[in-house]
Amino acid sequence: MTTRVPRIAPSEITPPEVYFSRRALLAGALATGASALLPAAEAPQAQGTALSYTANPQYSVKDTPNKYEEIAGYNNFYEFGTDKDDPSHNAHTLKTRPWSVTVSGEAEVRGTFDLDDLLKGLALEERVYRFRCVEAWSMVVPWVGFPLSSLLARFKPTSRAKYVEFTTLYDPRQMPGQRVPVLNWPYVEGLRIDEAMHPLTLMVVGLYGRVLPNQDGAPLRLIVPWKYGFKGIKSIVKIDFTSVQPRTAWNVAAPNEYGFYANVNPQVDHPRWSQATERRIGAPFLAARRPTLPFNGYAEQVASLYQGMDLRRYF
Amino acid sequence: MTLTQRYRFIYKPLVFIACLVPLAWLASGAFGWFGASLGPDPVKELEHEAGKTALNLLLLTLAVTPVRELTSQPQLLRLRRMLGLFVFFYVVLHFTIYLVLDLELNFATLGADIAKRPYITIGFTALLLLIPLAVTSTNRMMRRLGRRWQTLHRLVYVIAVLGVWHFYWQVKRDVREPLLYAGILAVLLGYRVLRAIARRRAAARAAVHSTPARPAAPVTSTSRGPSLSPSASD
Repeated sequence: MTTRVPRIAPSEITPPEVYFSRRALLAGALATGASALLPAAEAPQAQGTALSYTANPQYSVKDTPNKYEEIAGYNNFYEFGTDKDDPSHNAHTLKTRPWSVTVSGEAEVRGTFDLDDLLKGLALEERVYRFRCVEAWSMVVPWVGFPLSSLLARFKPTSRAKYVEFTTLYDPRQMPGQRVPVLNWPYVEGLRIDEAMHPLTLMVVGLYGRVLPNQDGAPLRLIVPWKYGFKGIKSIVKIDFTSVQPRTAWNVAAPNEYGFYANVNPQVDHPRWSQATERRIGAPFLAARRPTLPFNGYAEQVASLYQGMDLRRYF
Repeated sequence: MTLTQRYRFIYKPLVFIACLVPLAWLASGAFGWFGASLGPDPVKELEHEAGKTALNLLLLTLAVTPVRELTSQPQLLRLRRMLGLFVFFYVVLHFTIYLVLDLELNFATLGADIAKRPYITIGFTALLLLIPLAVTSTNRMMRRLGRRWQTLHRLVYVIAVLGVWHFYWQVKRDVREPLLYAGILAVLLGYRVLRAIARRRAAARAAVHSTPARPAAPVTSTSRGPSLSPSASD
């Protein structure tokens, strides 16, 4: 395993050393600027701690990734407020360690596990994925994580496991946005088991080579690059193997607007806006709008999962 | 200094400058003046802030009448035209940002949006309805239209409802802010309804007192007869 500097034009980003030096200064005697450069010999926990990973070019797009500030400053994470900049201001209240994940349902291995125990032995890789929000904006993000399939396999799902349901932490003291009934808390998302086992489906623990910022869903979040961003549930505490389709948060909130599948599809508009095009965050004025690709550009890899399905009906 | 002079040389210029503050704020963010920034999605920020400024000024315009009546400051009316024209200015700015920066002059999408997206349809309708009001805002047009001017300018109530509705409908889930706008608008329009009812009753009572022989049919058609509410206009 090697540690690599993310591939990105130096002019594009604030060097993480600079970005995190503020945090390091705040942390005082323990954290120095240099500590951020150390490989993750100890358990990586704090936001911004460098992770040990390998780049996976096979699953990375060529597009220039968005700046760190964009990915960590423009978030939909209603648990911390409904404005895009709310999560980056409010998510510091989330305690990401100790963190446990409860596994239940149609699997041989069930129980409550400490996250660091779960992560042991899982090789981290960096994948640069397109990210398409249902609100018709998009980014390109260098995630660090591991295929969800490698985690799920450890629980030995039975043949009755047709779906996987994920649940976000529910704790209004840490997540003040949960005091407002914007959604039916806690946030729930789900995948069909074949979607969950697909090699593109990623469990994410890091961004730009470092431990994921809280506002991006630390300590453990899902990324399904061919689906709208809201499928990528954040701060996961529960994984449940089920035989029935999970009742997912946005689908429950507005069933005519947000489907269970939520595959990126330029042909199927949101009832209130078009999905044919998207605006790339960070792109220059008048050059930001681009056509949205079927399955967010991952059709070749995933379209076969939906063969024979009416994608207008199962949107 | 006379009242007219104070309005001309002090109050109106002050309101004019105040109405330009949101524009200056947006421009400084867009061009990075004074280290200002609009965040990772400047286009949406510009679009939303211009629209919200228009709504704020629209509610302010509608607040002029209640405030001047409740505070006995009839001269406040002199500020209303300027506020109304700034509403038009920010609505046009909002639309221009949407068309140029957001849609990047893709007129096919514009047409599809107006036809297919209800919230854009009603927003665009509000913009169109504002045009005759802006055009007829001059003194000459007021004189020329006479009584019809006021009738025409009652369109502003429809525009305000469409504007708040447009805001409400484009919000994904958290409707608290548009509901606040709807609440304020309800108060401002409710005031006018109550005032109209009170005036009708007063007129009816006056009619009863002055010409008791003539039945006051049109005015007594309100839900309660005039004689039942002697305190309504006190």
